[in-house]
Amino acid sequence: MRRLIAAFLILIFASTAAVADLRESVNALGKVKLDGLEEAIKTLAAQPGEVPAKVLGALGEGDLYVRKSDGLVVIAEEAGGAFNLTDPVSGEELGQAAKSDVSRIRINNALRRVIRAAAGGSALASPDAAKRLEAAQAVFKSRDAAALPALDEALAKETDPQVKSALELARASALLASSATDEVKEAAIATLAATGSRDVLPILSTTAEGSGPAALAAQQAISEIETTLAYWSMAQNVWFGISLGSVLLLAAIGLAITFGVMGVINMAHGEMVMLGAYTTFVVQEVIRTSFPGLFDWSLLIALPLAFLVAALMGILIERIVIRPLYGRPLETLLATWGVSLILQQAIRMIFGPTNREVGNPSWASGAFEIGQMSITYNRLWLVLFSLAVFAGLYLLLNKTSFGLQLRAVTQNRRMASAIGIKTPWVGALTFAVRSGIAGIAGVGLSQIDNVSPDLGQSYIIDSFMVVVFGGVGNLWGTLVAAMTLGIVNKFLEPFAGAVLAKILVLVFIILFIQKRPRGLFALKGRFVDA
Amino acid sequence: MRRLTYIAAALIAAIALLVPVLNLWVPPDSPFHVPDYLVPLLGKYLCFAILALALDLAWGYCGILSLGHGAFFALGGYAMGMYLMRQIGTRGVYAHPVLPDFMVFLNWKELPWYWYGFDMFWFAAIMVMLVPGLLAFVFGWFAFRSRVTGVYLSIITQALTYALLLAFFRNDMGFGGNNGLTDFKDILGFNIQAQSTRAVLFAVTALILAGFLLMLQYVVMSRLGKVMVAVRDAESRTRFIGYRVEHVKLFAFTLSAVMAGIAGALYVPQVGIINPGEFSPANSIEIVIWTAVGGRGTLVGPIIGALAVNSGKSYFTAAFPDMWLLVLGALFVCVTLFLPKGIVGTLAEWMAKRPAKKTHVPATAPATEAAQ
Repeated sequence: MRRLIAAFLILIFASTAAVADLRESVNALGKVKLDGLEEAIKTLAAQPGEVPAKVLGALGEGDLYVRKSDGLVVIAEEAGGAFNLTDPVSGEELGQAAKSDVSRIRINNALRRVIRAAAGGSALASPDAAKRLEAAQAVFKSRDAAALPALDEALAKETDPQVKSALELARASALLASSATDEVKEAAIATLAATGSRDVLPILSTTAEGSGPAALAAQQAISEIETTLAYWSMAQNVWFGISLGSVLLLAAIGLAITFGVMGVINMAHGEMVMLGAYTTFVVQEVIRTSFPGLFDWSLLIALPLAFLVAALMGILIERIVIRPLYGRPLETLLATWGVSLILQQAIRMIFGPTNREVGNPSWASGAFEIGQMSITYNRLWLVLFSLAVFAGLYLLLNKTSFGLQLRAVTQNRRMASAIGIKTPWVGALTFAVRSGIAGIAGVGLSQIDNVSPDLGQSYIIDSFMVVVFGGVGNLWGTLVAAMTLGIVNKFLEPFAGAVLAKILVLVFIILFIQKRPRGLFALKGRFVDA
Repeated sequence: MRRLTYIAAALIAAIALLVPVLNLWVPPDSPFHVPDYLVPLLGKYLCFAILALALDLAWGYCGILSLGHGAFFALGGYAMGMYLMRQIGTRGVYAHPVLPDFMVFLNWKELPWYWYGFDMFWFAAIMVMLVPGLLAFVFGWFAFRSRVTGVYLSIITQALTYALLLAFFRNDMGFGGNNGLTDFKDILGFNIQAQSTRAVLFAVTALILAGFLLMLQYVVMSRLGKVMVAVRDAESRTRFIGYRVEHVKLFAFTLSAVMAGIAGALYVPQVGIINPGEFSPANSIEIVIWTAVGGRGTLVGPIIGALAVNSGKSYFTAAFPDMWLLVLGALFVCVTLFLPKGIVGTLAEWMAKRPAKKTHVPATAPATEAAQ
């Protein structure tokens, strides 16, 4: 106990002494002339704690003043002709002072640089890891050789691995700006090159402009980094392609099965997607007004509801429009187009023509980085979600008796009917399932796209292209086609621009269908020419 | 049925004379006067009628449901628009002697090669037919040869017009991008805004429609026309008999596209603008509904359908703007469900059932593709 008290007393004493020291070095700024200021700044920056950084910051901004009455250095904020003074050491408010009572500590450009480096150096000693990281990154960008001693000191003390690597990078960039020997510089270049990051390129290219072994090493490092970056950008393109592909997959997967089973093209398919998205919107609105705590669950709540809404609408369409037109695919196409117009306009009249906002729950917002790739959470979830839908549908088709019947109807409708499968019933159920899937696709798409009455329209042609490309009634075909089209699209985009890329893909499909009129994965079997 | 076509052609030719006369020479206070605004509006409807007639040749008689006929229409329109743009000359905002305004605005230095020749009317007139015709020929050649039929073909034609829509929206295509071509001044030296020019354009449109009607009557009554109907109703069977189905289809499709291109070329000077919106897939599907409402597989039907649906559109978009799409959607559903033969087809069937008078049984009524 006694020991504890003793330690406590020592602590108090030490901190009082430190405060006194601090006060003195802060006040020193007000005493010296311009040419002595650099020394005073460095002395201050060497002091521990957060005060030096604050004072230096104010000095750099021109907010640091000397009170004429007692020579106290204060931070002053102008407020209507007078100044509000604050004591930087204690943080205490010192009331107002007239303009004539204080005088500003003037600095010049050379000093500003000193201040920046010194402020960086002093923040490097901050107890807060985030602040140290920020300071290290600031030094890294400023490439100031003057910061080297502070960096060395900070490196020796640093324990946080993230901050430590940032410090090492900062040190390397500072070294390159210093007059260090070539060996040291080459080592620094190696440190920088190891990151493979785009950020080190400007630093290296400055070095590469010079001559000598360091410049050579820098040039080599640059070309290496550029190669790695090219790989990363390819990986990024693949990722974008996969994410576009999964959007296409979600939109097209239902289309593919009904087309296969019923030989029917449903132009209102996109509107089922839209209904799903609007269901999500309504669910979120209800949650926002009544149960704000549930917001993170909104998508999970919306999923079954969207399935239900879209499936019911699907059954309705099947009953009213599709069934009576059975066997006349072109008429069905026209009638379902009419349905899509009606649904769109109805939604427009109920919810208005403008985009509705559907929020991302906390687990689907933000992004993370892998190497030089940035991946947003909502895209990641969307890809996983579409794969889950795919897997679910695959199991449904291949592991259930309903799936067996469905496949039988797809392959040969009359034969299936002859062996006792209720083909109309299978058709209706397929339609409901398919519409429901389009609905939950809408939940997913509401996370990345605008929820507007035209939402479905924008996907319909793309989904048809996927179906035509992949072949009907074959899930794997749809998956491969969606991913291929997505990736091809994203790879063409940098060269050709987004619009031209899309046109090229369309032209490609038009040509492709010449060779394989039944798509990539055509069902094998004998067919009447239909 | 043939008689009906002749009556319709005569009626349209009469209108071609009557409307300009009633507009230009009948005093405005007379009850028979046709107001100025109505002339280009009616002219627009007649252009749509030509377009519907063109689609009817492909769909109603040959079974090719094209969801991309708007593309041919728009291409013809663009060819005419390019001629009209070149006629502006130095009267544009930037007063450049050669370059249209939008090119000056985009800082282009010289005319792109594909704009050469469009200062001459005859060249533009050929292009109006050649460009849509060639596109249809090449597209049809590939599609029909590999036996892309039915809904596949419909979807691919839709993709075609969608691709063109995207392409024409691009500024660096050199077709005015988003805004398209507009602000025309004169055609063949006549002021395009003048009432007399508009009346003449109307008359030309109506006469061309009447001419097409007679031409198609000849085509569908010919041996070739009979084979077309055979292809529509039983494609495989026709092929097994020994006809080159793809050639027949290619003929119908290409002729239809050329007609659509001419319709577009007549449309642009009367409306005063052509923009990429004309390529939108929704427009092309609307053409299908005009034809379906009037009655596909009849020649008069599509004309009646185009006039009826478009008048309805003009009325509804003015009176109940929110309702039009609902009405259009309901029209799609109801016509396909309850009136598959359209107005004229149903009437003809009804007439044929009456025992009293012997009339030609129409070679219409596209058999529902029940064979599948």
